[in-house]
Amino acid sequence: MSTTMSAQQGSASFGGVQARSEEAINEPRIAIRNLDFYYGSNRALKGVNLDLPDKQVTGMIGPSGCGKSTLLRVLNRMYDLYPGQRATGEVMMDGENIIAPDADLNALRARVGMVFQKPTPFPMTIYDNIAFGVKLHERLSKSAMDERVEWSLTRGALWEEVKDRLNTSAMGLSGGQQQRLCIARTIAVRPEVILLDEPTSALDPISTLKIEELIDELKHDFTIAIVTHNMQQAARCADQVAFFYLGEMVEVSPAVQMFTAPRERRTQEYITGRFG
Amino acid sequence: MSATITAGTVPGPAKDLQAARALGRRRHRVNVVIKVLCVLATIIGLLLLASILFTLVWRGATGLSLVVFTQTTKPPGSNGGLLNAIVGTLIQTGLGTLIGAPIGLMVGTYLAEYGRGSPLANAVRFVSDVLLSAPSILIGLFVYELVVEPFGGFSGIAGCLALAVLVIPIVVRTTEDMLQLISPSLREAAVALGAPKWTVIVLICYRAAKDGIVTGILLAIARIAGETAPLLFTSLGNLNWSISLTQPMASLPVTIYQYAGSAFDDWVQLAWVGALLITVGVLALNIVARFALRARS
Amino acid sequence: MQQAVALSASRASRRGASIGDPIFAGLARASGVLVLLLLGSLILSLFVGGLPAFRQFGAGFLFSVTWDPVRQVFGAGVSVYGTLLTSVLALIFAVPLAFGIAFYLTELAPSWLRRPVGTAIELLAAVPSIIYGMWGFFVIVPIMSQYVEPTLIDTFDGIPVLQDLFAGPPFGTGLFTAAMILAVMVVPFIAATMRDVFETVPPVFKESAYGVGCTTWEVMRSIVIPYTRVSVVGGIMLGLGRALGETMAVTFVIGNADRISPSLFSSGNTIASIVALEFPESPAGSLKLASLLALGFILFVISFIVLAISRTLLRPRLKV
Repeated sequence: MSTTMSAQQGSASFGGVQARSEEAINEPRIAIRNLDFYYGSNRALKGVNLDLPDKQVTGMIGPSGCGKSTLLRVLNRMYDLYPGQRATGEVMMDGENIIAPDADLNALRARVGMVFQKPTPFPMTIYDNIAFGVKLHERLSKSAMDERVEWSLTRGALWEEVKDRLNTSAMGLSGGQQQRLCIARTIAVRPEVILLDEPTSALDPISTLKIEELIDELKHDFTIAIVTHNMQQAARCADQVAFFYLGEMVEVSPAVQMFTAPRERRTQEYITGRFG
Repeated sequence: MSATITAGTVPGPAKDLQAARALGRRRHRVNVVIKVLCVLATIIGLLLLASILFTLVWRGATGLSLVVFTQTTKPPGSNGGLLNAIVGTLIQTGLGTLIGAPIGLMVGTYLAEYGRGSPLANAVRFVSDVLLSAPSILIGLFVYELVVEPFGGFSGIAGCLALAVLVIPIVVRTTEDMLQLISPSLREAAVALGAPKWTVIVLICYRAAKDGIVTGILLAIARIAGETAPLLFTSLGNLNWSISLTQPMASLPVTIYQYAGSAFDDWVQLAWVGALLITVGVLALNIVARFALRARS
Repeated sequence: MQQAVALSASRASRRGASIGDPIFAGLARASGVLVLLLLGSLILSLFVGGLPAFRQFGAGFLFSVTWDPVRQVFGAGVSVYGTLLTSVLALIFAVPLAFGIAFYLTELAPSWLRRPVGTAIELLAAVPSIIYGMWGFFVIVPIMSQYVEPTLIDTFDGIPVLQDLFAGPPFGTGLFTAAMILAVMVVPFIAATMRDVFETVPPVFKESAYGVGCTTWEVMRSIVIPYTRVSVVGGIMLGLGRALGETMAVTFVIGNADRISPSLFSSGNTIASIVALEFPESPAGSLKLASLLALGFILFVISFIVLAISRTLLRPRLKV
């Protein structure tokens, strides 16, 4: 179920970027309730309550070690790879708790995709990179797969640059291209949610800009959560922003409000650079 | 204690420049002497290598001829060659690698992917290290007890098994090291797409570590190609032509051993030729493997 | 176009994962267990095979210096003595040489020389041991018997203990030559390990020592060696482990004697060489064969202890 989104009403600009209008909050795609996370005995997330609205960008900001990346990695159960890491509470998606022990991880990861800070092209051709994830979940004919690869690379703003060399190794792409490849690879399995963990912090400014433009287009079809160290990026890209500090979610507000009139004092101090 | 130190208030005798310079000169001399000794040590090392290679080429090249590659080993005086020994080494090295490398690969995968920190994995790693440096003659005795004695005879397959046991720990070590070099984000990226663990390992990790793993296998081949002692108790050697795995099988190292210690000049000459062949093969494999590894990193 | 794939359904993907993962994991674990079984059966086969000898001769087997196939009395004494003597002697010569090479490679060599010389040393390690044996027999033995041994014998003639240690006749073969060949064999191992270990010293430590005016040697002596001391010992023990078990390099030159003589130039045997030399004349099931296997077991125990110590010392600092 989706709600209609009206186009941005140009209102006050912030930092030279169009501010998002404050729309009625959609039914959340993911609802996080009372989430605690533990690295061994160390409690890294404390009672987090957060809604990720459907087809909007939720930004997560905060100083190093505040738990924002940890939270992101809960949403696709990445922590399952590491013994000693566990989560308690509820993360509801379509009425099911995805951190329950019996949740189907492979199906979850087909619905919730993740792009990492460091571009990670697989050691194979560009075509195979995209096809890899799709083959895990769907059986497609060659022509259908070709179509999916083209669609993914197009939506990932990479098609024009690589369409003539799909069968060359992905390791030959530049850093920015590799990251767009990773995004295209994630889109290819047609998830509902895309998690971005500081996707541009390893890239140059031009690639960063391209990817931010990409995020702006992708949110028409996908729910996006982005962790960023860069507050200006959060202001540019996100519809709502959540501020984390020492494992707690201090405040969540629409982006405009977060960066002009935050409610909490700690948010104010972080935004103005008093710490972090 | 005052916060500032003015000149002349630092305790101790005045700076004696003469003594300092004398001390410096002596330290400098010691330094130079040691440096010279180290250069000498390196030169000695290089000279030894040169001497070995030179001897091999000088003594072995003169005996190189087509006969070596076309004739089997024959009694002294008849114009014999090393064909059966060469073929026997190729067969036993090849089969030994074929048996040992996959096992080593799986164990290395276990250590890197499944066993991190578990006591079983630590035990396996320890045992693998022990096997890596254990005297190869003991491996020969072991396979003798296990395969030759019960089944009543020296055989090519016993030789292959002994070599396989030598291959395993080498491949285990390189596989584990190479798999551990893979960045966690590459693995996580595959997991994030929904890949099950074995797919991540086989389709992503093996591919990413491919060069290093192949290098490890090449180095293992180079190691077993020159091994003599384990073969003495397993495939024994065969002065006739035989490629049967259930019969004793000739090999280059064993033939060299038999020939070199003999009293016959033509046999000794053939021993040198064989030694040259083995060394060239082993060094070539090493160089290829090391350059492949360096190119990768 | 979103597909609603239910979270707890998608049986296809769950099935695929649920079959492939346990099978692969099981295979991996099984292969690990196989390696454990391999070592276990190695130890067992040597011990069981040597049991007749242990039972016949008891604990005295370890020290008895008799090796008499005619009277069927065997003892490990001569071989154990030869093994320990040649290995220790080899290390005495190899360690300073290896240290010099490692020091040169890490501190003194100009950068364009480092790679070629390092590769040359590594190639020395790759040469099969039978080549060392042949080279030792045909090249070193004559040099020993014509120049080195006579010189040493004359030099120490008349000095009480040393003249017995360096006594003739200068055959060229014998324990001393075997130790020399072994030394040449283990130098590259120890040198390579030392070099790798020296390179783990963080540059900032060395720079601070240079900063107060240390010479290169003083940096080596007061910073690098203490920092890497444990691993260096581990590397030396690794070389020792190799030397203990070397067969072909030693068999050619050791002379195959069945008694212990005081002179270093005398013939002797190591465990590895006696097993290699006497095996062809040991029929299956015989006491002689059992004695050889018992010797193998003893060699394994010695090597195992040395290798275990070496590994404990090396593993933390260096991934060896």
